[in-house]
Amino acid sequence: MNKVDLSVKIAGIDFKNPLIMASGTYGFGKEYSEYVDLNELGGISVKGLTLKERKGNPPPRIAETPAGILNSVGLQNPGVDAFIKDDLPFLKQYKTKIIANIAGNTIEEYCEMAEILGSSEIDAIELNVSCPNVKAGCLAFGTTPKGIEEITSNVKKYCKQPLIVKLTPNVSDIKSIAMAAEAAGADCISLINTILGLAIDIHKKRPILANNFGGMSGPAVKPIALRMVYEAAQAVKIPVIGMGGISTSDDAIEFLLAGASAVMVGTANFVNPLCPIEIKEGIEQYLKRYNYNSIYDIIGKLELN
Amino acid sequence: MSKVLKEQIDNMEMLCQDVFKMTIKSEYVAANALPGQFVNVKCGGIDALLRRPISICDVDKAKNTFDIVFQIKGNGTEKLCHKCAGDVDIMAPLGNPFLIDDKYKNICVVGGGIGTFPLLYLLKSSKAENKTALLGFRTKAAVVLENQFRAAAQNVEIATDDGTYGSKAFVTDLLEQRILELSKLGQKLDLIYTCGPTPMMRKVAAIAEKNNIACQVSMEQRMGCGIGACLVCACKTKQGEDEWGFSHVCKDGPVFWSTDVCWE
Ligand SMILES: Cc1cc2nc3c(=O)[nH]c(=O)nc-3n(C[C@H](O)[C@H](O)[C@H](O)COP(=O)(O)OP(=O)(O)OC[C@H]3O[C@@H](n4cnc5c(N)ncnc54)[C@H](O)[C@@H]3O)c2cc1C
Ligand SMILES: Cc1cc2nc3c(=O)[nH]c(=O)nc-3n(C[C@H](O)[C@H](O)[C@H](O)COP(=O)(O)O)c2cc1C
Ligand code: FES
Repeated sequence: MNKVDLSVKIAGIDFKNPLIMASGTYGFGKEYSEYVDLNELGGISVKGLTLKERKGNPPPRIAETPAGILNSVGLQNPGVDAFIKDDLPFLKQYKTKIIANIAGNTIEEYCEMAEILGSSEIDAIELNVSCPNVKAGCLAFGTTPKGIEEITSNVKKYCKQPLIVKLTPNVSDIKSIAMAAEAAGADCISLINTILGLAIDIHKKRPILANNFGGMSGPAVKPIALRMVYEAAQAVKIPVIGMGGISTSDDAIEFLLAGASAVMVGTANFVNPLCPIEIKEGIEQYLKRYNYNSIYDIIGKLELN
Repeated sequence: MSKVLKEQIDNMEMLCQDVFKMTIKSEYVAANALPGQFVNVKCGGIDALLRRPISICDVDKAKNTFDIVFQIKGNGTEKLCHKCAGDVDIMAPLGNPFLIDDKYKNICVVGGGIGTFPLLYLLKSSKAENKTALLGFRTKAAVVLENQFRAAAQNVEIATDDGTYGSKAFVTDLLEQRILELSKLGQKLDLIYTCGPTPMMRKVAAIAEKNNIACQVSMEQRMGCGIGACLVCACKTKQGEDEWGFSHVCKDGPVFWSTDVCWE
């Protein structure tokens, strides 16, 4: 049997395989390390960080919907300095790439965080301009090409590590947003973040989430995510990281074919902590089955009818 | 440490309308589970996506089995009740258990509805000299596990909302009575454990505080991961002086000291 090579190079970073854990679903890795050897993962995008600690939104913060969930965590996190001091050393014990996902209220906050992270051991920065769960900032930057361009070009000046811009699906034309990120200096884009949604408790006649609306993720969003990843990958030359509802190797392969150079796995970890490993093995088997040697043999190989 | 396990269902029994006891064979859980901990059970496929948290109700170390008792609420528990044989996919044991310590000699558990279930294994595990169980149910037909509780505690009192069984009262009334009776004998509860609807636990916590009795509560919240990674199962707690923050029911709890919870 031929040996297949799952490694991918994205924005100058060597990922040993294309499986990256999606921000906000994997904490800072510690909890899942009881179930999974983190050395097996291509990378981990950590819980969204802000400049100062954030307490997050009141509960309930999650509602289940058919084949999906809505969340409204609201970026609860200890702040970027505490992350570097208390959480990063644990993650750095593992041979996996660490991506710092950052969110802020103002462009200055994003820049300050990029600067602080510049002297840390993280491998890349993921600009979260797409969180639907906080009031000020964040999502507002991500919904227009102009907004994306402004924040990306400013933050890029402060970045020592490669910059990934994470896009929101809550826009009408993903292509123009993706192109704006590229033009402004993004090294890579990732998508999709969650889709804004609502779930109602019909007995209380109130939303289930205390914050009313929440971000939808899980298997139900996959077709939308896949279409957007395809469109974005067509529109830009920089690499694309695809996500949204991936829970099996077939799902992941669809994203790779659609043009993603790597994938992120989020909600599926809640259901099956071992799924990243199973997905990795499934991709390997798929490559062997079709006699491919490398993951590059399938990236972007979708042919339209 | 908890594990993802596929374990064999040993037995399935209906205890009353909509309430089921599932006995699961698991050497690992039987050997490691502590009272107050829970399992995160996969109930269905893609249409009950998330795992459901269910408390460990009892453990039989000799037989390598443990019980969960659950009430049908929605899609997930409905699916679970149809599993009678074969295996079940669980993550267990999870969460922060009840404190069991020899220094608490006179203990009392206060449970309401589905909140009574985790208290059974607690009573069985405790070596306290004097154990009381105050259990509240909606109606006579919903009273379950009574004999097991009677075997595990010296004093068991039951209250029903409609008075069809035991006293027509709230369990919190029973608790106040019990504290009063004991004080007439010159005795005092050392520790109260409670699990049930939040308004009930809030009242129990207030009674405990007023009478200067330590109290542990088992909180409930909707969960995502069940292990402390996704931060959805928030519970407002006191942190430092005049400060508050969100702890997480799955990892920091479900069991908290009642005085650490912000009961608003
Ligand atoms: C630590 C803990 C221990 C529990 N122990 C028991 C037990 O021993 N026996 C028992 O019958 N029930 C127990 N519950 C409650 C049980 O988890 C819910 O009744 C169950 O999740 C409902 O799922 P469903 O699909 O039937 O309902 P649905 O309403 O269809 O569920 C929709 C979603 O909401 C969540 N959800 C709904 N109600 C609750 C709730 N009350 N608490 C947490 N999540 C909820 C579900 O997990 C699911 O993700 C416990 C809950 C917690 C947090
Ligand atoms: C509970 C939860 C918290 C999340 N927090 C963040 C976050 O802090 N930053 C971010 O960029 N995305 C966050 N996301 C979005 C995910 O990273 C991902 O984009 C989305 O869930 C889609 O992937 P999935 O369907 O595989 O979960 C969060 C998602 C969930 C479910
Ligand atoms: S359920 Fe994920 S942190 Fe508690």
